[in-house]
Amino acid sequence: MVLERYEPLVDDYEAFRAACERPLPSVVRVNTIKTTVSRATDALAEGGYEFERADWLPELLRLDSRRPGTSWPYFHGWLYGQEEVSALPAVVCDPHPGERVFDPCAAPGSKTTQLAARMDDTGTLVANDSNLGRLSALRSNAERCGVTNLVVTHGDARNFSLKPFDGEPFDRALVDVPCSCEGTIRKNPDAFDDWNLGHVRSVSGIQRAILRRAVQVTREGGTVVYSTCTFAPEENEAVLDAVLGEEDCRLVPFEVDLETRPGVTEWDGERFDGSVRHAKRVYPHLNDTGGFFCAKLEVGA
Amino acid sequence: MSDHRENVSHRFDRVPETAADREVEGRPSRAAVLDFWEERFGVPRDVFEGYSFWEKGSGKLWAFAGDVSAPTEVEALGMTFLRVRQEHWKPTTDAAQRFGPHATKNVVHLEEDLARRFVAGETVDPEWDGDWGYLVVTHDLAGNPAPLGVGLYLYDELRSQIPKGRRRAID
Repeated sequence: MVLERYEPLVDDYEAFRAACERPLPSVVRVNTIKTTVSRATDALAEGGYEFERADWLPELLRLDSRRPGTSWPYFHGWLYGQEEVSALPAVVCDPHPGERVFDPCAAPGSKTTQLAARMDDTGTLVANDSNLGRLSALRSNAERCGVTNLVVTHGDARNFSLKPFDGEPFDRALVDVPCSCEGTIRKNPDAFDDWNLGHVRSVSGIQRAILRRAVQVTREGGTVVYSTCTFAPEENEAVLDAVLGEEDCRLVPFEVDLETRPGVTEWDGERFDGSVRHAKRVYPHLNDTGGFFCAKLEVGA
Repeated sequence: MSDHRENVSHRFDRVPETAADREVEGRPSRAAVLDFWEERFGVPRDVFEGYSFWEKGSGKLWAFAGDVSAPTEVEALGMTFLRVRQEHWKPTTDAAQRFGPHATKNVVHLEEDLARRFVAGETVDPEWDGDWGYLVVTHDLAGNPAPLGVGLYLYDELRSQIPKGRRRAID
């Protein structure tokens, strides 16, 4: 059983196990490019939907059992179905209007459209993905959300080229890498079916190369956020530890109004740079969400 | 550089400022695009200030909130917002939703029942005394009109232009 390997890391292992077996609440994010939170909640209420707002992020609404895909506000692109905790990295990335922002593993676009909204749909948001089919989903999601500040590129994020952008580096990057997805077990009950340590190790090499490239194309003083939806330290702290040794960047602390645990400095006989403690682990039982990992880096300096 | 003088299906080319600046025969100018939104729908020109317009392939225009100097090898640049291949230009559903709130004319407002049928893809027949052709279609949501998309008004009926993938049976 995959989760057993994390027993040494999790303080209330039974609660962790139990939470992983419960289905996930249905959550939507209000797309503030096209509406306001109060107008979207009015529209949901008119449609007879019941919901509550997440304390930590006012745009997030937890719905009752009904799915919102056939509601009026969804048709208008006012809502985006997004797992609650996956809204975390765009908040930590904190892009400002007018900035240049890079999203190297963007499809299908929940975090991309969230970044665009936080930029007030201004500046330049470059969204890349290596899979054409998923890129087409990204494009239609972005257009439904009314995003117009987006440049979509198709390529391997490990060797992303700044050439179409005059070599100009980014102010921020949100590096939400492909991962073993252990933290999505509440949404995808078959998430562990293909799990094996060999896959974890090989994907961690890809993650490291993607994060390295993102640091390289971000300006000095810029922000890079690294996130996964897995518990595996091989894909989280170990990747950060490797990139800290390879690129000019450092981990910085950040605050968020969610229950989290710090990054782990030891795993499986390996010790990591002490600053990985600044990263945050989110276990499903802490906030009734999926599992997640998020770290904030500053480039140079 | 002859390849700059024709449309290449996979490449974005900047829409020229005016008809006099164009290198590709028939490519609409930025001025003509701004005229279209203003004359047809009353959308003020300054709504598109800061936007660059691009053509990829023939007759499909994109609106990008910023600018890039050499957008080779990119898959998308902003939003597809206007189809100009036919004699009558047609805004996309997403452009009607995004920029439609600025429209002041050629906007037809539907009651709830017609709005539901319209987004399911049906032809409807609302009260309308205005021009024929492409209209921005709205309904009331959360107390204010909200644009649903584009309809084609011909012979006293409004044909839904909502693309198949966007049609919905609203709950």
